[in-house]
Amino acid sequence: MIETVTRPHRANLIRFGEQHPAALVLGADLTSSCEADGFRDRYPERFFSFGMAEQNMLGFAAGLAREGFLPYIHTFAVFITRRPFDQLAMSIGYPNLPVRLIGFLPGITTPGGVTHQAIDDIALLRAIPNMTILEAGDATEVESMLDCAQAIDGPVYVRQLRGEVPRLFPADEPLRLGQARVLSQGPEPDLAVISSGICTEEAMRAVPALQAQGVSVTHLHVSTLKPFDDPQLIDAIAQARHGAIAIENHSVIGGLGSALAEQLAEQGIGKRLLRLGLRDTYAHGASKPYLMREYGLDALALVRAAERLIGASLDIDADHLAEVDVENGSQPLAKADKSEDL
Amino acid sequence: MTDSAPTPAASAQAAPTLAVATVADRIRRRVLEHTLRNNGGYLSQACSAAEILATLYLRVMRLGPSQGPAVPRPFAGVPSAANPDAFTGADYNGPKHPDLDRFIFSPVHYALVLYSLLIELGRLGPDALEQFNQDGSTVELIGAEHSPGHEVTAGSLGQALSQAGGIALARRLRGERGRVWVFMSDGEFQEGQTWEAFAALAHHRIGNLGVYIDANAQQCDGAMADVMTIEPLAERLRAFGAEVHEVDGHDPDALAAPARARLRLAGDPRVQASDETPRQPPVDALGQTESQPPEPAAVPTAVPAIGPTAGPATGPAAEPAAADRPLVVIARTDPCRGIDLLRARAPKLHFLRFKSADEHDAYEDLLEHWQDDAS
Repeated sequence: MIETVTRPHRANLIRFGEQHPAALVLGADLTSSCEADGFRDRYPERFFSFGMAEQNMLGFAAGLAREGFLPYIHTFAVFITRRPFDQLAMSIGYPNLPVRLIGFLPGITTPGGVTHQAIDDIALLRAIPNMTILEAGDATEVESMLDCAQAIDGPVYVRQLRGEVPRLFPADEPLRLGQARVLSQGPEPDLAVISSGICTEEAMRAVPALQAQGVSVTHLHVSTLKPFDDPQLIDAIAQARHGAIAIENHSVIGGLGSALAEQLAEQGIGKRLLRLGLRDTYAHGASKPYLMREYGLDALALVRAAERLIGASLDIDADHLAEVDVENGSQPLAKADKSEDL
Repeated sequence: MTDSAPTPAASAQAAPTLAVATVADRIRRRVLEHTLRNNGGYLSQACSAAEILATLYLRVMRLGPSQGPAVPRPFAGVPSAANPDAFTGADYNGPKHPDLDRFIFSPVHYALVLYSLLIELGRLGPDALEQFNQDGSTVELIGAEHSPGHEVTAGSLGQALSQAGGIALARRLRGERGRVWVFMSDGEFQEGQTWEAFAALAHHRIGNLGVYIDANAQQCDGAMADVMTIEPLAERLRAFGAEVHEVDGHDPDALAAPARARLRLAGDPRVQASDETPRQPPVDALGQTESQPPEPAAVPTAVPAIGPTAGPATGPAAEPAAADRPLVVIARTDPCRGIDLLRARAPKLHFLRFKSADEHDAYEDLLEHWQDDAS
């Protein structure tokens, strides 16, 4: 049975703060919303409020980092990436400073609507030299982020999850930088499924249903989006008879699917790649399950993509996927809460 | 090449005896010379800012001797985890030391003015400008953090003040006595980030930071009053919680006075009321380092050993103490000071590009005449 962890980042940030006296947290009026309130209350002398002024906050973080401190910025992903992009590129990216940008509400995880939904953050930050990009897919990875970022010489952007987060991966198998997780390894695979973030849980629902229909699937979960050089990914696609499906909580432009396509082209791997994600569109305010269904980021969308790639109907519908979910004892998608503080 | 070049450290020690007016005049002459050599350049910035920058280096900031080579290093690649050779030009402003000040240069279009000043002070070799605007050189037209005298990459204007604020906050957290001085242009007060930064400086009571503004009222498109007014600048800044002084930007005494007063107000034991010039720190305060500036502690701890004077860092409950306000000196300047020929080009003074051979010759004559005066 899949465990659901409540606010895993909140507790982890307090633990991390105890171990790292040079760690500071900078907030922009979203402290509780980004689960930094526990750190603030425990270490008030190391928490700095900057109000709704992200450009300046990034500059202060750069100055603190130049002096040897480790600033951990906490706000929503859109307000780290879109709004202060020049400050991020020039004040932090160019000098390769160890500023850690913890961005919450990736993609359509929020009912807050288009202004709160970071659907282009990976694309934007992949284009910034020196930037490392990590994305959490479950509670274990949420808890891995601070330690993983600590070891990186340079700025790190984390697509972080908050609130009720499922634990899909063993708690003693933390995220490893630059290394995808192999979640399913089919013999003589027909398909490779490459997933990231919250879409991995959807893929974990779809893959058993595909396998039950006799489709051999290799499934890998990606949590390091930059640098993007894990050979496992391209090897898995090269070995898949019909090609691959990438599924991500982001625009299909510039994210996981794009990164895979670039690698396939450069290495001359002649396999098809279907990219599931937001198809060059903005989203709107609604619940996460509704939006994942509407924009084709869920398990059923993955099954339909598999059918397109294989060229055959697999006779799998939403009921089959729901059964898989119930068997695993988890329905975390039903817990999306429109009353969360924004 | 750089290894064998003598360091200008020794001559830098003698710099405070130079008069600001003399240095400012030499800056203008040198900037004019290189503007002619490059067939154009940022000349009016030397006219307006020469006394401000010279006063900062000679009478306000406490800096150790230059640690940089007399012949500027060539560009060593952009900073990255894979490039251990990247450097900043901050070492021309002396070593990093808890008791020494830091200089953050924001409007880097003024780079040639700063390079010229560093040469006049002996912090940079006399031939350093041979590399000005040359491919592969760090002595760039618009400076970046690898350029002599620069510590941050500030060419996207309005970003340096926030970074300086972070440095000043870090220094306060470490209990350092050295201060942070920022040179800004008035045009940067059109950027929203500048006002975000002042709000944060006041809120967090960062009184160990001072800003000198070259208020020449000029920008790329022409007169600021026509492009986008920032006035009343002093009132706006006071409303944001800064201590503000408006002075004649060509008067060294007027420029230095607010900084001197702030040091006395802050009870800085190294400054006496009767001091004419800032005391240089004793040699042992520099850690006897010749070429290795002390690095920040490997693991700094966030203990507010000094300041703010009152109130918690997270939110002021009462009025901040006077010494905890950011200090601002608005230096009202003339963008044609010392080079009256420029007045013919008003209101567009931002970048001088000669329109005719006659105009070029007129500036050439001015330089020759200037050199005659000097000899």
